[in-house]
Amino acid sequence: MTVGQRTLRQRTRGLHTAIRDFFAETGALSFFAARFFREVIRPPLEFRELLRQCYQVGNRSLVLVVVTGFIIGLVLTLQSRPTLIEFGAVSWMPNMVGISIVREIGPVITALICAGRIASGMGAELGSMRVTEQIDAMEVSGTNPFKYLVVTRILATTLMLPLLVVFGDLVALFGSALVENLKGDVSFQLYFNTVFNALGYGDLIPATIKSFFFGFVIGLVGCYKGYYSKKGTAGVGIAANTAVVTASLLLFMVDFIAVFVTDIFYDL
Amino acid sequence: MGNNSYIPHVQDSPSGKITQGRKVVIDIRDLRKSFGENHVLNGFHLRLYEGENLVVMGKSGSGKSVMIKCLVGLMQPDSGYIEVMGREVNTLDQAQLDALRADIGFLFQGSALYDSMTVRENLEFPIRRHREKLGNVSDTEPLVMEALENVGLAHTIDLMPEELSGGMKRRVALARTLILKPKVILYDEPTSGLDPITAKEIIELMRSIQRKYNTSSLIITHDVDCARVVSERMVLLVDGINYAEGTYAELSSDKDPKVEAFFKK
Repeated sequence: MTVGQRTLRQRTRGLHTAIRDFFAETGALSFFAARFFREVIRPPLEFRELLRQCYQVGNRSLVLVVVTGFIIGLVLTLQSRPTLIEFGAVSWMPNMVGISIVREIGPVITALICAGRIASGMGAELGSMRVTEQIDAMEVSGTNPFKYLVVTRILATTLMLPLLVVFGDLVALFGSALVENLKGDVSFQLYFNTVFNALGYGDLIPATIKSFFFGFVIGLVGCYKGYYSKKGTAGVGIAANTAVVTASLLLFMVDFIAVFVTDIFYDL
Repeated sequence: MGNNSYIPHVQDSPSGKITQGRKVVIDIRDLRKSFGENHVLNGFHLRLYEGENLVVMGKSGSGKSVMIKCLVGLMQPDSGYIEVMGREVNTLDQAQLDALRADIGFLFQGSALYDSMTVRENLEFPIRRHREKLGNVSDTEPLVMEALENVGLAHTIDLMPEELSGGMKRRVALARTLILKPKVILYDEPTSGLDPITAKEIIELMRSIQRKYNTSSLIITHDVDCARVVSERMVLLVDGINYAEGTYAELSSDKDPKVEAFFKK
């Protein structure tokens, strides 16, 4: 066998393993999601833990979402301004920024920040609990660890992400309004009136629904990676890292599907 | 030694299995568990009697922890029979298994205290699901205090686990194990990672708990000193089978090379 043939065979085998791993991972994640839906409807609901997780999710990400939202709104307006002036369309700035932030930029950027912040945190936390046998201890004490740890976390991200998106959107709009106020002499009241006149239910509802799905994906992936983290401290790091990568990738896929479905409704 | 013929005569009685006049609390027969090509348990047998302290010794990776996890349903064995307090573990549904677990205390190797909870919350956690076992108590404070006083750490009640030393964590974990007043306590390497003085304290604590509550204890360890002090009977786990059994005195004077290896200083 020549060196070229050997290399080709190794690469084919590598590709085969990668494809097999991808489908195995997708299958395992689907089973994990199915288990979530099975467990979420079964009593008892760990309400106190759910509230604690909601607080954790919101608290962990709020500052980051607010700061990023503000900068995004600021930069988007600053960058778009010269082009809109060139076309004599600077008065359309609030409409353009408002629609782009509410429909797409706000939910996606917020979700990506939360993927980095929350999914990695959940991956690391649950991974470390797995490694230090805390999950086993919970099971031995008669508590269903999946329900207590996973269901509450996924529910918390699903419920909290839309709220964070709303915060992020408002702050981004405020950043944009600030630029318009300083550079274009547009009052805050006029800016926000124009934005809210431009926005319709067709912009708000799909974005809100999409945010719930984003939250679900972030919680699901973070918990899945942590819950099945392999033994050892290295496994905790890997769980945190892969949680961010997988969640980010899935967010874009969900976003694509959401936009595609919304587009069908717009056509109707 | 080295054979696998530990199946003494057993009689069923209305109050459970009785062997040689003593009630059997844990009965394991022909337990097998493999991880891929790694055959960890190859037909392990064990019988723990009421009020007895039984030590299972084996090298790291010999399957001691796997065996103990199969006992409480944390792992599924490939085959074999496991009975705890008259109930066959592998046939129980989740509710029955949870009820059984309320009678079993499990001290994990690394203490396994919940990082995000205080000592008080750690101790209250098992009560949430088994309140009826304790007579539906509404005020858990006395129970928590009693368990902590048993291990001499009542003053740590509002501390977080990260504020405790390794020995204190182990004692708090033991208090958490005791809170449901279990009939059997499973110790997974109770002295591992502790300095000799703290290890001695833990061993003394285990003995005093056994005397006070008359629990049956299954102690998994590779610490010879721990085995010498706490064991009434010992099982040596080698190559996935119970290679040798007897009292500490019997086994420590055995000339079999594999048995001797455990007791060499």
